[in-house]
Amino acid sequence: MAGHDSMRCGEFRTTYRADTTIFPTPWSRNFAILGVAVAATCPLFLEPYYLNLMIQIAYLGIAALGLNILVGFTGQISLGHSAFFGFGAFASAWLNNVWGIPVFFAIPLAGLWTTAVGMIVGIPAGRIKGLYLAIATLASQFILQDFFARAEWFTGGASGALAEPFSIFGYTFDTDKSFFYVALTYLIVAYVAGANLIRSRDGRAFVAVRDHYLSAEIMGVNLTKYRILSFGVSSFYAGVGGALFGHYLGFVSVEGFDILLSIQFLGMIIIGGLGSVMGALMGTAFMVLLPEVMEGLVSLMGSTDWGSAKWFVDGVPYMKEAAIGLAIVLFLIFEPDGLAHRWRLIKAYWKLYPFSY
Amino acid sequence: MNYELLFQLVVNGIIIGTLYGVVAMCFTLIYKSTQIVNFAQGEFLLIGAWVCWWILGEFQIPFFFGFLLCLAFMMVFGILLQVVVLKPMIGEPIISVIMVTIGLSIFFQAVMKWMFGVFVKPFPQVFEVESMNVLGLQVQTAYIMSFIISIVIMIAFAWFFKYSRMGLAMRATAFNQQVAQSLGISIKQVFAMSWAISAMVSALAGVVVGIVNGVSSSLSFFGIKVFPAVILGGLDSIIGAILGGLIIGVMENLAQYVDSELLHLNNLYAVAPFYLLVIILMIKPYGLFGTKDIERV
Repeated sequence: MAGHDSMRCGEFRTTYRADTTIFPTPWSRNFAILGVAVAATCPLFLEPYYLNLMIQIAYLGIAALGLNILVGFTGQISLGHSAFFGFGAFASAWLNNVWGIPVFFAIPLAGLWTTAVGMIVGIPAGRIKGLYLAIATLASQFILQDFFARAEWFTGGASGALAEPFSIFGYTFDTDKSFFYVALTYLIVAYVAGANLIRSRDGRAFVAVRDHYLSAEIMGVNLTKYRILSFGVSSFYAGVGGALFGHYLGFVSVEGFDILLSIQFLGMIIIGGLGSVMGALMGTAFMVLLPEVMEGLVSLMGSTDWGSAKWFVDGVPYMKEAAIGLAIVLFLIFEPDGLAHRWRLIKAYWKLYPFSY
Repeated sequence: MNYELLFQLVVNGIIIGTLYGVVAMCFTLIYKSTQIVNFAQGEFLLIGAWVCWWILGEFQIPFFFGFLLCLAFMMVFGILLQVVVLKPMIGEPIISVIMVTIGLSIFFQAVMKWMFGVFVKPFPQVFEVESMNVLGLQVQTAYIMSFIISIVIMIAFAWFFKYSRMGLAMRATAFNQQVAQSLGISIKQVFAMSWAISAMVSALAGVVVGIVNGVSSSLSFFGIKVFPAVILGGLDSIIGAILGGLIIGVMENLAQYVDSELLHLNNLYAVAPFYLLVIILMIKPYGLFGTKDIERV
């Protein structure tokens, strides 16, 4: 029986089990494994500068995935994500410096601490939604930022906190090359866990709350519980990402965890695609690489009289900032489903090529 | 107890509060008529102040004419913004709408910094006397002017919405867009008008603050201070916005008083409105005058 197996064109799933696998096709699984393998060889031939960018993508990507679980999957809004990111960084440094807990354990512990803070901030989410929630989280951003500046015992105040490099079994990961593997491992664990969470009962409850919260409640989903849980999960990711950031830089300053970073996180998931696990990573890569690409373009134009004009060169930092805002606006107008959607279209095109009709 | 300082702070609070109230009113105007939450309200102040500053410096014309030119520019700017950026967002989920205005606010802030620099620049002298004596207190002339102008704007708004044809059309649109449209009201015009009015009045507030403190990118922080005010008053109530602005302005200054006299924590006044905001959201999320939305399935 050559049968229907050889006639297949496109994907056909006949069981719910097949419909909820992490990777829809064997090809996508193999590509993912190949991607990880290629990434793992990167430190062998890439310059530290590029490794630094990839590490940035990794820790920001973990935090962005957390935000995507909250915003993209549960339909809540948070304008205070960078405060959780910062809290994770400080908590991990503090646990390590003051209590002597090894960095390896301090990172997940910092994640748990941030979860607790996130759930407290998320309590209003049990009652309010949409715009009101956005403003409540905006307030929490300012309150936490104020806390960072005030709590010298915790953050070191204006002078900031020192963070030990990541180490395990006596081996210290303090170079870009070695830390790259730490960041990659965390990234993979975080993304596999995220993809699995969405397949689970709780993940489906999140999506139900997003799609129609009244129907979800009628179906027996406890709204308050899942809204607060979603805040917790999202802050856990933010805390772990922040802790990695702290131990990578070796120094955590109270500045930098401001509203602009929160907006950048939101920009990442919007550009990547709301409600898509891989979209969070694509969006992060876009957001991290955008300023770098602009820098490259400017240096290419350096020899022309436009590129060497003073007003132009001085304006480059502002142009980068403006580009972030512009990218968010343009994506929302022209590609509201983000890069993940574009990627799906490309895949669909090649899957049926050349008979795409 | 230092009563003189307390009195001075309360007067300051009322004056700043009316400014907050005016900006909050502009915010509410846009929210009420177009259902769009404008996170770029603070940038309207910023752009208005910078444009006015630039016109005055570049053409050396009297303040009044420069100011009128600036208002005309802001009207065109508001309409263009609505037509080009916000029209495609009608009917999109709230997160998209919020993010578009946030993206705009980042964009304009960066462009303004690029064009005019990051340092505070003073306005050319506008009033003859720097400050006046009111009930034994030294108050800046610009603040008194701003107080008077704010009151005039508020009265003008009240008249506009109660008696003018356009104002009635806007209220009708806010009440129900479909019914308003079926009665022959041009929704397009109403949307464009509300953005234009909001941009113009915000620019006015920006110019007033710019005259007193100099123009700098910190002006856009007004746009964030507006949120406690509008939430306190109820998001879709114009009277609530004015009252909320006043309360937040006075409270901010009282927090400063308590801070300097009793607690000695620094900068308490900057975050106090946000603590208040969280408390309001927990106990009375629809504010003092907001309509409670009831969902039926």
